[in-house]
Amino acid sequence: MTPARRAGVALALLGAALVTLPAFAGSYLLSVATLILFFAYAGQAWNVMMGFAGQLSLGHSLYVGLGAYAAAGLYFHYGIGPWAGVWLALALCVAAGLVIGFLAFRFGISGVYFALLTIAFAEFTRIGFDHIQWLGGPGGLFIKVEQRVAWDLPNLRGTPAMFYYVILGLNAAALALCAWLLRSRAGYYWQAIREDEEAARALGIDTFRWKMLAIGVSSAMTALAGVFFAFYYNNLFPEQIFHISRSIEIILGPIIGGLGTLFGPILGAAVLTILADGITELMAWLGIEVPGIKQVFYGLCLLVVVIFRPHGIWPAIARRLGL
Amino acid sequence: MAPELVLNVVIAGLLTGLVYGLMALGLSVIFGVVRVVNFAHGEMMTIAMYAAVVLFAAYRLDPLLAVLPVAVAFFVFGYALQATLINPFITRPEHSQFMLLVAVALIMVNGLLMVFGPDARNVQVDYQLESFALGPLLFDKARVLAAATAVATSAALFAFFRLTLLGKAIRACADNHLGAQVVGLNVKRLYALTFGVGSACVAVAGCLMILLVDVTPVLGPAYTLLAFVIVIVGGLGSMPGALLGGVLIGVSEALAGLFIAPSAKSMFSFALLILVLLFRPQGLLGRRV
Repeated sequence: MTPARRAGVALALLGAALVTLPAFAGSYLLSVATLILFFAYAGQAWNVMMGFAGQLSLGHSLYVGLGAYAAAGLYFHYGIGPWAGVWLALALCVAAGLVIGFLAFRFGISGVYFALLTIAFAEFTRIGFDHIQWLGGPGGLFIKVEQRVAWDLPNLRGTPAMFYYVILGLNAAALALCAWLLRSRAGYYWQAIREDEEAARALGIDTFRWKMLAIGVSSAMTALAGVFFAFYYNNLFPEQIFHISRSIEIILGPIIGGLGTLFGPILGAAVLTILADGITELMAWLGIEVPGIKQVFYGLCLLVVVIFRPHGIWPAIARRLGL
Repeated sequence: MAPELVLNVVIAGLLTGLVYGLMALGLSVIFGVVRVVNFAHGEMMTIAMYAAVVLFAAYRLDPLLAVLPVAVAFFVFGYALQATLINPFITRPEHSQFMLLVAVALIMVNGLLMVFGPDARNVQVDYQLESFALGPLLFDKARVLAAATAVATSAALFAFFRLTLLGKAIRACADNHLGAQVVGLNVKRLYALTFGVGSACVAVAGCLMILLVDVTPVLGPAYTLLAFVIVIVGGLGSMPGALLGGVLIGVSEALAGLFIAPSAKSMFSFALLILVLLFRPQGLLGRRV
């Protein structure tokens, strides 16, 4: 079999396994799987900017938060479901992304400075939302939890299995979109910009335009993650959703999995979520209850991966599997 | 609002800002030479604050004197950190360095949480509540002493980089990595020394800061962001810029706390950061690259 064939078969097998998962998984396993898929999707969105186009954003929590608050605010105040809220979320996030991109790329800000600019916008927005009483302020915005039996897809109210299928569908769409983008003209231009922006410009690539496209696509994808987050968890706090630790959570998956690869964000999210849960279980089993000890272990594991697997774990596995 | 009140708030902000400046100076020195952004900077600051708390609790050592042993310990720690963990990363891409230091920061915050728990700690020195008046102006004694120590430490650092041969060698590494290697400087050792010096700076800043605020483990990331804001505003890699940025942020925080809401104070710092990045990306005192 050719590598492409093998990859197709492997992907089909994985897809089939994931589609049938809710049939036999308990509620705990399903919630872990949903969490993995959430981070896989958000990581995939971030990967478009950093992995494909080489623009390091450390403020993706901004788009998660804006998307979440847009859809949740509409539902909370006017009873308008996420079927409409999602468009507001998309519009707001793309607008925010394009404004940040325009300012940064027009003024020639890149690398560390760009990363800090994205943090600054996210933090600015976080503190701003703490002072918007209409959206609950620091006390949080809570969506009414109602009817958990039937599936009400346009309003995103339903069973945990529905949320699982929603985020699985988003992942499938994101994977397909990214695979297509990577082989499109935009994808090649992005990779040229990532490798050497000067050279890309010398070849006649309008780097400003293509970087704007990258941040636009990435922020739009992340907006959907935000809408999902709002209706899955039913509560939003600026302190959590806009916080820089949320941005870091999002980007750990793709970096650990393999930056710029299609499957890296998914694998990374799975590895990190299972690691974090595994540590929790292990500590419970050992009867150790020291606050912070889990995160210390988590940090040590991250350290080991960053030191010994600088390109992430997926490229090595892909080679081994002959994909 | 009474002008004396505003003036007193500005003075308090200015004095705190000098300590902020010293903290940011450490970050600036490290970035200016090693070209690695220390994402664990604020976490190191909180460790120094806890060190001062422990020394005070155990030996009644005044944080102003604890500065010396803590700075020495941090120098050794910083040197070791650069020599073992970070040196292999200096040729790696930025996101890789970022990940490394985020992991280090995560371990630091939660290590502190494991040892000290989530409750706030502070020190109670005798002169905590003393202040002296100069006409209508009130000066907090602890704040004045902390600011004076911060200025003295910064001056010592300026002297080190300007006057000593070692300081010149480090500046040479910063100016031209390849050139420094060509003339036979041991760049990796100098990088480690620089990281040690930057860590010692943040250690002093931490010991001084504990005179002004209580410490909890979660303060670390907030201080990291604060240090970034200050060095970008002042000019990344510029030493006077870090002090100027510290004072600006200290005063703007104090005024925002007075006029708007204490919870909104860092919003102004971030707004300032965004404006500086857009209109003067090299910072107020930075050189254009």
